[in-house]
Amino acid sequence: MKSFSYERAHSPAEAAASASRIPGSKFIAGGTNLLDLMKVEVETPAHLIDVNGLALDKIEPTPDGGLRIGALVRNTDLAADQRVRRDYGLLSRALLAGASGQLRNKATTAGNLLQRTRCPYFYDTNQPCNKRLPGSGCAAIGGFSRQHAVVGVTDACIATHPSDMAVAMRALDANVETVRPDGSVRSIPIGELHRLPGNTPHLETVLVQGELITAVTLPKPVGGTHIYQKVRDRASYAFALVSVGAIVQRDGSGRVALGGVAPKPWRVEEAEAEMPHGAKAVSDRLLAGAKTTPENAFKVPLVQRTLSAVLAAARS
Amino acid sequence: MKDAGDGLDVSRRDLLILGRDLLVVGSVTALAAPSVVVGQGAAAELSVPSKVSFKVNGELRELELDTRTTLLDALREHLLLTGTKKGCDQGQCGACTVIVDGRRINSCLTLAVMHEGASITTVEGLGTPENLHPMQAAFVKHDGYQCGYCTPGQICSAVAVLGEIKDGIPSHVSADLTAHPQVTAVEVRERMSGNICRCGAYSNILDAITEVAGVKV
Repeated sequence: MKSFSYERAHSPAEAAASASRIPGSKFIAGGTNLLDLMKVEVETPAHLIDVNGLALDKIEPTPDGGLRIGALVRNTDLAADQRVRRDYGLLSRALLAGASGQLRNKATTAGNLLQRTRCPYFYDTNQPCNKRLPGSGCAAIGGFSRQHAVVGVTDACIATHPSDMAVAMRALDANVETVRPDGSVRSIPIGELHRLPGNTPHLETVLVQGELITAVTLPKPVGGTHIYQKVRDRASYAFALVSVGAIVQRDGSGRVALGGVAPKPWRVEEAEAEMPHGAKAVSDRLLAGAKTTPENAFKVPLVQRTLSAVLAAARS
Repeated sequence: MKDAGDGLDVSRRDLLILGRDLLVVGSVTALAAPSVVVGQGAAAELSVPSKVSFKVNGELRELELDTRTTLLDALREHLLLTGTKKGCDQGQCGACTVIVDGRRINSCLTLAVMHEGASITTVEGLGTPENLHPMQAAFVKHDGYQCGYCTPGQICSAVAVLGEIKDGIPSHVSADLTAHPQVTAVEVRERMSGNICRCGAYSNILDAITEVAGVKV
């Protein structure tokens, strides 16, 4: 691990200002992904700003009937919150499908959104990776790509976004609240937080240097049946091959977002108009233009079958 | 690559060391020029010391550590509490599990300096050879190990798992999200999935945990 200096921030604005002022700064909250990457020197921050003392760890009702989730709310606490379990079951289910009990106790809401891909070539500094070293190439294309993305990909990068939580947040129309180094705040719809790789896969979000996520807000509950179905290589503690997060209403309408198949939590609102026509119609629209490798082509039918199972479960 | 860059690297390294020194004293404007290289390279292999104090097994410990020191290394290498084990050192195996402020975490994936004022329990703090914690005794009784390397992490995790179920925290396998979870074999297996046992003592570990919980599975 490269050496770094360290400070404990005392307010969100101070943290953001510090991060924009000090070169090579990174925020650290749970740290479960950042430290992992620092050990292999994929991440080499010169300065860490510990934001754990910022008191952003509360879940509060919003005036319009939703919830405001502090950036530092731990995954365990978010999944266990009675309001989330009752009104946003999809979010609890997605969180509980991710990582291990130990990691969920440490990992935060904002950190979960900003975690990096688990593409093995991103982690291996001996391999080319356009995300880690822009312009060096992509070893996953033509390499072992069974875990990789099938939509939203380019010739520069086929990495997935690994989060389960973000899939639920996307289906729930969450908004990401931030503070920028100049003290100004903004609210970013979750669908606009993550960038597609294009030719610049190293640019993963629309956040500017020093911009700090302070909260994630959920609109008022939409009811319906909430299901998060994750398909993975073992029953627990593995990343998704494919995951389907769905909210299905009594009349058959609803929302669907996917994990494990794209560089960001994947939702295509137009596909949801196809829900009365069944899983294949929705799946075809969601994965239109899919670009697979021989190793990950199975994900296309797997999405359809998983969605089919989810819709059947919602009806029963 | 190395040969071609040698001459350049020396001067660049010097620049980075200069940049780092400035950084440590908090000079902001002077850093404007080398700002990118400091972040990119962080090549100065200087140890940056930082003070931290926390309670370990009830005892206040004050340390001055390189900022890079993980909580795991602080416990093992600085406090000589070697019960906590380093398995994978990347959060996959659970051998390093300790309980911090009532919650089990992977001590390998957190920095010691991030735990100012925390209260940490390691396997040494659960019980002693003369006075075992019930979970330790149950692991012995049920032969919940073979080589024993994962055992301290398994035991810390197991103690915390029963606490999590008692506190009503749901899991992936909880059928009803709004109901209070129960200690069942399925629940315990799911909740213990962050602790790997290469010897495969899982069924005995399950027996130990459920016995401590007072349920038959």
